[in-house]
Amino acid sequence: MATLTLNDIRKSFGSTTVLHGINLDIAEGEMVVIVGASGCGKSTLLRIAAGLETPTSGTVRIADRDVTELEPADRDIAMVFQNYALYPHMTVFDNMAYGLKIRGMTRDAIRQRVEEAAGLLGITPLLSRRPRELSGGQRQRVAMGRAIVREPKLFLFDEPLSNLDAKLRVQMRAEIRRLQRRLGVTSLFVTHDQVEAMTLGDRLVVMNQGRAAQIATPMEIFAKPADTYVAAFIGSPSMNLLRATLDDGGRSATLAAGGSVSFDEPRPGPAGQAVIIGIRPEHVTLGGELPVAIELVEPLGSETVLHGTLPSGEAMAVRVQGAAPVNGGSMPVSFTHSIHVFDAETGKRI
Amino acid sequence: MTDPALRASRARQRRSRWFAHGALLLGVLIFALPIWITLVGSTHDVNTIGRGDVPLWFGAHGIENYLAAWSRGSAALRNTRAVPAGTMLWNSMVMATLIAVGKITISILSAYAVVFFAFPGRMLFFWMIFITLMLPIEVRIIPTFQVMVDLHLTDSMAGLVIPVIASATATLLFRQFFLTIPDEYVEAAKIDGAGPLRFFRDVVLPLSRTNIAALFVILFIYGWNQYLWPLLIITDTSLETIVVGLSKMIGRGDAQNEWNAIMATAILALLPPVAVVVLMQRWFVKGLTETEK
Repeated sequence: MATLTLNDIRKSFGSTTVLHGINLDIAEGEMVVIVGASGCGKSTLLRIAAGLETPTSGTVRIADRDVTELEPADRDIAMVFQNYALYPHMTVFDNMAYGLKIRGMTRDAIRQRVEEAAGLLGITPLLSRRPRELSGGQRQRVAMGRAIVREPKLFLFDEPLSNLDAKLRVQMRAEIRRLQRRLGVTSLFVTHDQVEAMTLGDRLVVMNQGRAAQIATPMEIFAKPADTYVAAFIGSPSMNLLRATLDDGGRSATLAAGGSVSFDEPRPGPAGQAVIIGIRPEHVTLGGELPVAIELVEPLGSETVLHGTLPSGEAMAVRVQGAAPVNGGSMPVSFTHSIHVFDAETGKRI
Repeated sequence: MTDPALRASRARQRRSRWFAHGALLLGVLIFALPIWITLVGSTHDVNTIGRGDVPLWFGAHGIENYLAAWSRGSAALRNTRAVPAGTMLWNSMVMATLIAVGKITISILSAYAVVFFAFPGRMLFFWMIFITLMLPIEVRIIPTFQVMVDLHLTDSMAGLVIPVIASATATLLFRQFFLTIPDEYVEAAKIDGAGPLRFFRDVVLPLSRTNIAALFVILFIYGWNQYLWPLLIITDTSLETIVVGLSKMIGRGDAQNEWNAIMATAILALLPPVAVVVLMQRWFVKGLTETEK
């Protein structure tokens, strides 16, 4: 158990820069999830923390010790891989014991640790099997077990749930969270799945093209996205982003689609400044002066998502409780609360 | 059953089955007949074959022919430099085993280096190994012979084995196999704290088992069938290999060949490679067809 500090991590492969200076502090026992689209550099960041890649510049500190130059084995970490990377020719027991054996632990101590971890994960009956005889969920557990037996300072998870089917993923997600809480090991978790990120993380790092777009708690990211990228990335269906211009005084804006929105507090900026108005589909008020031409209705049972377009041609999604109020045609809406305002040029929240 | 289309299709299937089996039988006959003739011939006395007969069934002299071939060699009465088949078999066995084991050891290590380590000139070295595929022993035989003479390695087991102990083919095969080993194993091993040699021993070697077995069979037979190089480098009859010895048994002059003993020796020469194939067949087929999951 320890802290992890990433200080101005930069990484370039040849002339391509993958990471543009990432700063991150993880407190003891905290679980931080790095989330982002593929190619945003999230895996590279994790691999730098693991020591599988060396940063072009910047330092990695684990438990206040500079480990930037250390080999992975000397960093006292454990990693769970996307495809689990269980050695196919070894039994589950040997897979879990391998790291301990190399560290020269006695056989009795190894046996005790492995059995303890296996008990914790409910895989005791599988100890003498080979990985190929296991199901996806069982392999996942073994991979977790291999990480746990080492009793490391830091857990690193590289998209460990993406090879599981949807149901199992939800189950393992909860299990990982429980286990991590119980063991209290500082963890860094990488995923492209925003639901996974929101449910697992104490804090999230939303990455966009090698930069940390926002580092905050899940609810803060949802309630106050730092820019349009984060706003669109977190939440499903995505937040509606609409072009608008700021009115005099900054208390309201005129939408390109027609009509105006008023804010609860004034935003700085000259009249006529181009802004982006963000509104989540569930925060749209039914009834008003803005007509949405409905094109697609998605009934999800307890709620319904309606997709359509505004007069300006911009796409618009609306989420309503229960069944759809209309089946097609036009539906009037208005925006009265939970409105986000972003600078149209920089995309930053204002 | 009375459906004419069904009947026609059954008849067609039957015909194609007969044809396939017929073709296979013909193939087996073509390949097996010479071996059969040799096997049968090795059980007759010297005069039967000397007359020009080609017997197709066993004679009565099998045991004495084999005993003679094993302990005295062919033409023991006339030819002073005859070598007992037992000695030659032993020599061939040692040579083929050393060649196979040596080739596998060297090529698996070089493939490991080429695949898992990033060092300057890695591809250059790989291509250098690859290019030697174009230089079989026959092409470089004169300079190789000169080197062996300079090293005083003629007439020795080392001289027999060392020039053919590196294998570009095996290196290439191991390289292709190693490329299929997921990077995650390497990374997991790094995090587990396994160094390169430990990773090689604990992960790469066990995963390569079937490939090693398949290559052992191929390389053992390659080694066993070496002819030109042993012929050149060995003059001491106590180091004669069976393949060379066998061909030397056949006199090129007027002397009557002891065909029965020659055939017995040929059958003996056949046995070890066959044994290796049979014993390692399971592994061999696995290694050729299966990639470790």
